[in-house]
Amino acid sequence: MLIIKNLHAEVEGKQILKGINLTVGAGEVHAIMGPNGSGKSSLASVLAGKENYEVTEGEVIFQGKNLLEMSPEVRAREGVFLAFQYPIEIPGVSNINFLKTALAEIRTHKGLPPLDAKEFLRLSKEKQKLVEFDAKLVNRSLNEGFSGGEKKRNEIFQLAMLEPALSILDETDSGLDIDALRIVSKGVNKLRSANNAFIIITHYQRLLEYIVPDFVHVLYNGRIVKSGTKELALELEEKGYDWLKEEAHENAPTI
Amino acid sequence: MANDNEIIDNIANKEYEFGFVTDIEMDVAPAGLNEETIRYISAKKNEPDWLLDWRLKGLQAFGRQKLPEWQNFALPTIDFQKISYYAAPKSKKKYDSLDQVDPELLATFEKLGIPLSEQKTLAGVAVDVVFDSVSVTTTYKEKLRELGIIFCSFGEAVREHPELVRKYVGSVVPYSDNIFAALNAAAFSDGSFVYIPKGVRCPMELSTYFRINTENTGQFERTLIIADEGSYVSYLEGCTAPMRDENQLHAAVVELIALENAEIKYSTVQNWYPGDKDGKGGIYNFVTKRGICKGANAKISWTQVETGSAITWKYPSVILQGDNSTGEFYSVAVTRNKQIADTGTKMHHIGRNTRSRIISKGISAGQGQNSYRGLVQIGPKADEARNFTQCDSLLIGDRCGAHTFPYIESKNNTATVEHEATTSKIGEDQIFYLNQRGIDSEKAVALIINGYAREVLNQLPMEFAVEAQKLLSITLEGSVG
Repeated sequence: MLIIKNLHAEVEGKQILKGINLTVGAGEVHAIMGPNGSGKSSLASVLAGKENYEVTEGEVIFQGKNLLEMSPEVRAREGVFLAFQYPIEIPGVSNINFLKTALAEIRTHKGLPPLDAKEFLRLSKEKQKLVEFDAKLVNRSLNEGFSGGEKKRNEIFQLAMLEPALSILDETDSGLDIDALRIVSKGVNKLRSANNAFIIITHYQRLLEYIVPDFVHVLYNGRIVKSGTKELALELEEKGYDWLKEEAHENAPTI
Repeated sequence: MANDNEIIDNIANKEYEFGFVTDIEMDVAPAGLNEETIRYISAKKNEPDWLLDWRLKGLQAFGRQKLPEWQNFALPTIDFQKISYYAAPKSKKKYDSLDQVDPELLATFEKLGIPLSEQKTLAGVAVDVVFDSVSVTTTYKEKLRELGIIFCSFGEAVREHPELVRKYVGSVVPYSDNIFAALNAAAFSDGSFVYIPKGVRCPMELSTYFRINTENTGQFERTLIIADEGSYVSYLEGCTAPMRDENQLHAAVVELIALENAEIKYSTVQNWYPGDKDGKGGIYNFVTKRGICKGANAKISWTQVETGSAITWKYPSVILQGDNSTGEFYSVAVTRNKQIADTGTKMHHIGRNTRSRIISKGISAGQGQNSYRGLVQIGPKADEARNFTQCDSLLIGDRCGAHTFPYIESKNNTATVEHEATTSKIGEDQIFYLNQRGIDSEKAVALIINGYAREVLNQLPMEFAVEAQKLLSITLEGSVG
């Protein structure tokens, strides 16, 4: 589904990704861990096409297409979804109206007609239930005045509505209490299928107790320095990142 | 990928959509403002002497008044002697049906998308079209007449209902009110007149489209709406003007009178030609709009969506004379390129327990300058008066400006006056967030703008709200690459 090859990127002249290689297949869940400032969120931003992230080298192939050539909205329509670490508030734009517009754009891109009001409502009700999203929040202004947890849950609700092929969860667990974490994870688990894939960016192993990954990668200093299975996450929890940092410096390529 | 500079440039390059000129033979008065011109206009319209006298008083007042100097923008010099004060299509005076109307005129309205044809008015809109200065056709008049509602051109009202006109004209906006009101009193050509009898609820939205057509003619229309005791009316005013190189002056006067328990809702969508990207051309929209809640429990509500004009200068106001009366002002004003909008309201609380609510939303793009200027005045007898004011400003790009000038004068310590103000910018992060959900930048800006203006748009009648929403999107279309 997603092939990242030797991806280098910089922000304002500062190199932040220094050769990422990662392959994500359909039906897989990949966790990306790493200490602060290692480039985890930058990777998410580059994949989503955020302005001022400049790719200097490498390529990203998504479902056979060159992702880096697409504008952010086309990436989204093609099926790349980013659950934001800090979801943005947009006053006056109702959550549901926004979702309706987004879904219509994505469907048009796929050559499908927009859903009529009744079908849309039915879908919205169904997904609200699936991810336990508060119906009251659906008609409120997009994220405006939402608590941190409500914002994160709204991201998962949007994910459920838009049914992307690839979902990138950028520290979705940060700022969530244990109950919210459980609900968010449950939602994600229900949305997992053989046809979609998830990249889960997180600091802590805690989230991975609920969403069990197929692969765990450790990002450090703009590179993936270690990959493994879910056991790696447990090891990190126990030992921290320092041993990997040392290893990384020893193995750092001289070029 | 788009950035703010592209937003600005693209807005600047957007051409005005309604720039065309209708070629109809016109009856035009020679340029210049003097007693002769006023007598010419009055004679052309076969007016009674009292109205001519009133006009001449207006002319005298105009001579005494000076152009205002308190504005925070450079007022261009206006040569009042170069303007022609009367232009009317040379044609038959009255129309019994649409068939008699000049087809080219109808084609113009067609281009503007005015629902003039019978089928479209079935949607519930009775349209009184003011073409330059003379009212051309009034639809649905018969149906309204059955209810005793008078909805006609100002000129017709002078002929048919002189006692009503004489009683109320200038009673809210006197000819000496300000220089532009004086100019209008002297030289007004036509306009609309509405009278709703006691206890009648007007069953449809009354609507007038104003349109400036002939070069170098100022449009000085005058609107007078009287809602008798316990009546209700919703009035819509929409404006578009064709593209011109020279600035045109629009100095209208609107007077609203709501008697006891009456309610008037007045909605405006103003889309006059704003001038090109260098600020050349464009309408000067200097309008005096004022309403009075004369009786107890009366209500007047102004809603305006202002997207056009080179300079917009207007303060739809309410005099809250009757006890328990209510005044409202809802406004969205957009400025881009080099447009200037200085708009707001005045709420004069005189009666006891009077209420006012002001919601103002300014949007500035390009090098546009947007000012809210408002006055909330609580008189000594206005016990328990209440006002709530909210002025928000939204900036697109970093070359535009937003200014707020709220004035509060309270002479009664039982009054409650609240004022809230915010300034925000359309953030790249907001646009990116919407992009990431599949929405392109142009739609994203439209969504954000409409969301921002929603509180005001919600006040408009349904059909008008859709139109206004479209207009806002079109106005800021091409705002991002």
